[in-house]
Amino acid sequence: MKTVLTISLSSIAGHIHQWLEKAIGNPTIVYLIDMVLVAVCLLVFLVLLCFFLGWMERKVAAFMQIRLGPNRVGPKGSMQIVADTVKLLFKEGLTPAASDKFLFHLAPMIVVIASMMVCAPLAFAKDFQIFDISIGVLYVSAVSSLGIIGILMAGWSSYNKYSLLGAMRSGAQIVSYELSIGLSLISVVIMVGSLKMSDIVMSQSDGWWIWKGHIPMIISFIIFVVASTAEINRAPFDLTEAEQELTGGFHTEYSGMKFAMFLLSEYINLFVVSAIAATLFLGGWMPLHIGHLQSFNHIMDYIPSSIWFMGKTMFIIFIIMWFRWTFPRLRVDQLLNLEWKYLLPISMVNILLVTLMAIMGWHF
Amino acid sequence: MSLLGEDIVTEDGLFVVNMGPQHPSTHGVLHLKVWLDGETIHKIEPHMGYIHRSIEKMSENLSYRNFIFATSRMDYLAAHINNEACALAVEKGLGIQATPRAKVIRILMGELTRLASHQLWWGCTGLDLGAVSPFFYAFRDREAINDIMEETCGARLTQNYVVPGGVMFDIHPNFQKRTKEAIANFKRNLTDYDKLLTGNVIFENRTKGVGILTKEDAISFGVTGPTARASGLSCDVRKWFPYSGYENVEFDEILATEGDCFARYMCRMAEMRQSVRIIEQLIDNIPEGDFQEKTKAVIKLPKGEFYQRVETPRGELGVFIVSDGAASPYRVKYRSPGFSNLSALSTMAKGGKIGDLVAIMATIDLVIPDIDR
Repeated sequence: MKTVLTISLSSIAGHIHQWLEKAIGNPTIVYLIDMVLVAVCLLVFLVLLCFFLGWMERKVAAFMQIRLGPNRVGPKGSMQIVADTVKLLFKEGLTPAASDKFLFHLAPMIVVIASMMVCAPLAFAKDFQIFDISIGVLYVSAVSSLGIIGILMAGWSSYNKYSLLGAMRSGAQIVSYELSIGLSLISVVIMVGSLKMSDIVMSQSDGWWIWKGHIPMIISFIIFVVASTAEINRAPFDLTEAEQELTGGFHTEYSGMKFAMFLLSEYINLFVVSAIAATLFLGGWMPLHIGHLQSFNHIMDYIPSSIWFMGKTMFIIFIIMWFRWTFPRLRVDQLLNLEWKYLLPISMVNILLVTLMAIMGWHF
Repeated sequence: MSLLGEDIVTEDGLFVVNMGPQHPSTHGVLHLKVWLDGETIHKIEPHMGYIHRSIEKMSENLSYRNFIFATSRMDYLAAHINNEACALAVEKGLGIQATPRAKVIRILMGELTRLASHQLWWGCTGLDLGAVSPFFYAFRDREAINDIMEETCGARLTQNYVVPGGVMFDIHPNFQKRTKEAIANFKRNLTDYDKLLTGNVIFENRTKGVGILTKEDAISFGVTGPTARASGLSCDVRKWFPYSGYENVEFDEILATEGDCFARYMCRMAEMRQSVRIIEQLIDNIPEGDFQEKTKAVIKLPKGEFYQRVETPRGELGVFIVSDGAASPYRVKYRSPGFSNLSALSTMAKGGKIGDLVAIMATIDLVIPDIDR
C-alpha cells in the first residue's frame, strides 16, 4: 500500500500529541502539556499576527495617502513595528496619582484576555481548532463582549474626564451593536442548524453562505462587517478614542506596555471579527469551488486550507482598514441612530427572510 | 463647593472639561472651558493668552519698514496678506502707491497664499472629523505652492516679501511657469477633494445643520470672511473696498444662506476656485516695469491715523496706525479676523455635541496666533 505523507497543521498537531502520549503515558499530564503548548502557540501566533497587522495597516494607510509608509527598519519597513514595541517596553508606565490603581492595572489585561479567548473556537485550518465547542457561535458573541468591561474599567479608573467620556460612549456603542452582530450571526445559525464552528464550515463545502443564501445572506454579511467594525472601536466608529475630540478616549492616561496591550487587543479583535466573518459567510478554510469547473476546483483543493482561511480573513481585514482610512468619524448620536434606526430593523426583517428561506429550502 | 469642585462638576450637575491648551483639535494653544451636560454642550468659554507675543507693542519700537515683518507671525498661514495690509497702510500714510507690476505680484502672491491656507484648512477639517487621508492630499498640493513661494520670496511660510512701495525683489524667472503648472494640477485635484470628502454621507451628516450662525449673529459678533459669507453676509473686502487692484480682476463673492458647517465648507471650496480664476487672469498679464517704488531709507509717516483693511483667508484684517511723525509708529492696532470669529463659537456650539464643537472649530478655521497676538 502506498503511504501518503500528509503535511497539514492538523496532522502535525496529531503527531505531537501521539508522541507526547507515547513518551509520558499519563493522559492527564499529556492533556495539561497540550494545553500549555496550545496557549504558547496561540500567544506567539497572535503577537506575530499583530506585528504583521500593524505593518499592514501602516502600508495600507500609506498606500491610500500617497506616501510610502515605513521603509527604513528591516526589508520594506517590516521591522518598524518591532522597534516600536521595544520602545514601548522601555517607556515608563505612568499611573495617575488619583487613579484607582487596581482597576487601572487590571483593565488592559482584561481587554487582551477577552480578545484572546475568542480565538478558541476558530477553525484555523481543516480539522485544526483549539476547542470545537458545541455552542461556538454563542461562545464567541458572549466572550467578545467581555472586552468592554476592561474599557469601562480603564475609563473609570483613569480619573480623567476624557477617559470617562470615552468609556461611556464605548458602553453605549457596544450594547447597541452587539444586537446587530447577534442577529447576523443567527441568520447563519438558522441556515446551518448548528452553533458548532466545524459544522458551519462543513455546511459550506458545496458553496459559501454568501452565495448560497441569496441576498439576505449578503445583507447579513454587510451588517456583520459594519457592526463588528463598530464593536471593535475602529474608524469610522472609533468614538471611544476619538483623538480629535477626546484626545485618546479611554486610553488617554495609559503609556508604555499597558498602552501596547490596548493596541494588541485592537488588532487581535480585528483579526477575530474578520476570522468569524470569513468562517460564517466565506466558508472558513473551504477552498473556492466554481460549479462544474472540475480542473479549477481540483487546483484550488491543492492550496492548503490554512492559506484559504488566512487569505479570506486578510481580505476582510483589508476592507475594514480601507474604511478607516477613507471615512470621517460619526457623531455619537448618529452612531446610535445608525444602529437603532437602520441596522437593527433591517437585520430583524432579514432574520425573517432567512428563516422563511430555511423553512422553504430556497437556498442552494 | 471648593474651587476644585466647581472646576470638575458644577452645582447643577454640569461636567466641566478643559479642552486645550494641549488638545489635538484646537490647532494650537487655544483653551476652551466647556460645560457639558452628558455629551451636550451647555456653554463654552475661550481662554486666551497662551501665545501672546505682544506684536502690537513690539511694532511701536520697530521702524515702518520692519514692523511689517512682525505681522508674518500673526496669521502665519496668510503671512503675505498680513504684510500687504501693513505695507498698504504705510503707503497710505506716505501718499504713494505700489508700482503696477508690484500690485499684480501682490495679488498673485496673495491668492496663492489664500489657496495654500484653504488647502491646509481642508486637510485639517478632514482630520478633525476623523478622516485622516485628506490631510495628505492637501499637503501635497500645498507643497507645490510653498515651493513657488520659496523660489521667489526665499521663505515658505513667513514670506516677508512686501515692502512699502512694492515688493522686496522681482519674481523668479520660473514663477509664471511653475504657478501655471501648480494651478493646472490643483484644478484637477479639486475634483478629487470633492470625491474624497464633500460627497461623503458621514461628512454631510457631521456638517449639515451643525453649528448654525445666523446672519444677525454674524453681524453682531463682527464675524467676517467665509464664515460670515456662509451666513449670507456679503463682506468680501476685495469687493467692497478693493485694494492692490482687485477692482480690475473678475471674481465672484461666494455667498451661502444656511450658515451651517457645510455651508462654510462649501464657501471655502468655492473660494479656492475663485482664487484659481484670479491667478489665471493675471499670471500672463504681469505688467513690465519696476517692482518697487522708490522710498526713503528711513520712512517717516506724517502725523495722523491710517487704517487699511484686507481680506485674509479667515476674514477681514484691519491695520490701524497712529503716527506722531516719528520713524516708528506711535500705536498699532490689528483687527484680526480670528478673534471676532472665535467670539461666535459659544453661540454656534451651544446645544451641540462634543463632535460638533470640533466640526465648528474646523470650519471657522481658527489660527491661534492670529487670535492671540
